[in-house]
Amino acid sequence: MKAIHILVLASFAALLMVAAVHLPRRGDPNSPANRAENVLKGPVAGAYYIQNAYLDAKTPNMVTVILADYRGFDTLGETVVVFAGGVACLYLLRRRTS
Amino acid sequence: MNEVNRDLLLRRHMEGPIVSPIVHVCCRGLAPFIQITGLYVFFHGHYSPGGGFQGGVLLAASIIMLRMSLGLADSQRIMPNRLPIPLAALGALIYAGTGLLAMLWGGSYLDYSFLPLPMLDPAMLRYVGILVIELGVTICVMSTLISIYDNLLGS
Repeated sequence: MKAIHILVLASFAALLMVAAVHLPRRGDPNSPANRAENVLKGPVAGAYYIQNAYLDAKTPNMVTVILADYRGFDTLGETVVVFAGGVACLYLLRRRTS
Repeated sequence: MNEVNRDLLLRRHMEGPIVSPIVHVCCRGLAPFIQITGLYVFFHGHYSPGGGFQGGVLLAASIIMLRMSLGLADSQRIMPNRLPIPLAALGALIYAGTGLLAMLWGGSYLDYSFLPLPMLDPAMLRYVGILVIELGVTICVMSTLISIYDNLLGS
């Protein structure tokens, strides 16, 4: 049983190492995530954001523009999740006076 | 008379969970600076790493520090016990209301370039819209964290 565990873990580790070796270098302009157009000649979101974030919102911080403007609905969900967590703690933890 | 007064004052401050004047003075001196840093992080989210979530956490940290050092009773004046949950709801409402306002003025939901502010071009409107929703996020995160701490205290 223990030998099987070690074998499975080792094979997974080998798989991950092979995958990691073939990742593109960080900041490589020719990697699929950084190109201006994908294999089907369509636009890629990242390149659009880099080129248009300042023009669209006059905000130098690209991350803020993506977080609050392009992906604003996602951030709204995050805020509601934080609020829901607070309300859940209120109902779980508050001292009952009865 | 003066001696008695000072004794009374000292005792009143000592009724918190931590009975040390050094801790009290340090925390009360440090809290405004943490709040200023939180406001800076919130307002500077447009230009540097930062924004609503981080600024809200800093503001909450300052108030939780006061709660821990001064005790619950003496820190009521800076943030009353029953305030955090309505404030958190207000923060989430500011966010959702901004999106709804843009929708009422003809855009799609959360499209800030349709906000009804005159004399601003669409790019500046989006700048302002980002600031407003970050304000909502800041209020929501800050008061949620304070509320969780208060509830853990069992108050």
